[in-house]
Amino acid sequence: MIESQILLDPTAEVSPAKRQRVTPPDSLEGKTIALLDIGKRRGNVFLDRLEERMAERGLTVKRYAKPTNTKVAPLNVVQTIAMECDIVVEALSD
Amino acid sequence: MPTFQDGFIIVAKRECPTCELLESVYAELAAHDVVLSVFSQDDPSFPDSLNDVIDDTGLENSYSLDVETVPTLIRWKGGKEVERAIGWNKTEWRDLTGINGLGGDLPENQPGCGSITVEPGMPETLAVRFGDTNLEARRIEVAAMEDDIEVGFERGWSDGLPVVPPTEVRVVRMLTGTTRDPAEVLGNIPPNLASCTVEKVAINAVMAGCKPEYLPVVLAAVEAALEPDFCMHGLLCTTHFAAPMVIVNGPITKAIGMNSGGNALGQGNRANSTIGRALQLVIRNVGGGVPGGIDRATLGNPGKLTYCMAEDESDPIWDPFSVDRGIASGKSAVTLYAAEGMLGNMGDMSRTPESLTRSLAMSLRVIGHPKKIQAHDAMIVLSPEHLRVYREAGWSKARALEEFNKALTFSGADFIEGAHGVAEGISPDRADEQVSKFKPDGLNIVRAGGIAGMMSAIIGSWAATGERGSKLVTKEIGT
Repeated sequence: MIESQILLDPTAEVSPAKRQRVTPPDSLEGKTIALLDIGKRRGNVFLDRLEERMAERGLTVKRYAKPTNTKVAPLNVVQTIAMECDIVVEALSD
Repeated sequence: MPTFQDGFIIVAKRECPTCELLESVYAELAAHDVVLSVFSQDDPSFPDSLNDVIDDTGLENSYSLDVETVPTLIRWKGGKEVERAIGWNKTEWRDLTGINGLGGDLPENQPGCGSITVEPGMPETLAVRFGDTNLEARRIEVAAMEDDIEVGFERGWSDGLPVVPPTEVRVVRMLTGTTRDPAEVLGNIPPNLASCTVEKVAINAVMAGCKPEYLPVVLAAVEAALEPDFCMHGLLCTTHFAAPMVIVNGPITKAIGMNSGGNALGQGNRANSTIGRALQLVIRNVGGGVPGGIDRATLGNPGKLTYCMAEDESDPIWDPFSVDRGIASGKSAVTLYAAEGMLGNMGDMSRTPESLTRSLAMSLRVIGHPKKIQAHDAMIVLSPEHLRVYREAGWSKARALEEFNKALTFSGADFIEGAHGVAEGISPDRADEQVSKFKPDGLNIVRAGGIAGMMSAIIGSWAATGERGSKLVTKEIGT
């Protein structure tokens, strides 16, 4: 069994011990938004509607898809999104 | 903490020939009307002559009793140790137990073996295992499937290269390199002015890859960086290339295997590479000085990963740089210099000090900018073959510096704004002055390098020097 490991914090400990999420943007204006279909059924329905709503607001939207929901996104999909977009929305569905 | 019964305690291990020799003694003791607790460090079926040996393969009892040698015999009374005998000495064991004929036929004396608790790496491991480290740093739990090297990157602790995961055992081991209290505060690290303890320096030294014996050098470097004269905050924020360079002098350089020879400014020596890196990691992690954050360098320089060398003091012709800086001869010290990248000078035809000085001065003239005057300092890292030219001519370091100053004094007309079609320059009203490239204390020389090569390095400084910026700071290295 692989056990968890304890490390000592090398910092001044002014930020929380848990890794922090990236701060959400104040506004979507001027941003390019990736909509990522993770490959699970009907996720596309949610993303189609989201794309419609975003388009109505004049936002730039690009669509991406994972080949399968069972595995993490392939590196080329991750890198393409990172190069082309500022924000990513993943559709989780069931 | 384990507790012990009043009576006699023996700590032993099967792997120890002396412990095995005493089989008959254990049996004799057990046959007397005494309370006997025997702890075996490696094999609970040992000693064979006893049935109720206490399994101490986890070493908690041995650690608690501070056993360094096996066998150790302890008399325990009223919840505390009264006396102990280490190894086998017939008289001592008889006196301690009060059993006159104990170990009748055995030799009078036989030294014991090392306790498993003191095997290399074990004291730190046991200190962590039994919660005896007194370390204050926050604990960060890394999940079982996380790669502990990737954690350093993901949490922003890295300078761009992998860092050694700072486990408790590694940090405890690092702290064995200093006599200082881990809780001692060295000062506030810029830019965030975060309080920095010896323990935090040790954590970052682990991450940099230091050995424990390097820690006193790292601590001295951090203390030097905290001197107001060094102006670390400004150096960190600048758009300029510069970074703190660590120059180490004295016997510690040999003791810890620092490189002052071939590739002294290059790669390949653990002490050089990791001491400089540890200072940078302290600034990054404790101080919060992160590129793109407060660190606004336009280009930076590779020395911002690590910039550290030892001076070659093997030729007694000149005093060590630390002695020039006021440290007693024979003492170890670090000097911090706000350094930009290095410029090579390959002057391989000069065989007189006059020619060599003028040759090096041609490179020195361009430091900062060829038309800047007294704006930057410079450090010459003089190679052995260049040093030989000065030694054979009998020039002192002071003489050499004086001649450099003469070779670097020019007609102001060539340096004024617009001269030679270049806007950069000094005020036009200085055209008739004789101008010196460097301030009186702005040029320094240290010695390093491989034995072959008529070439030296010239290292310019940050654009803000002296009172308006950074000065050299030297600190004696403690323990």
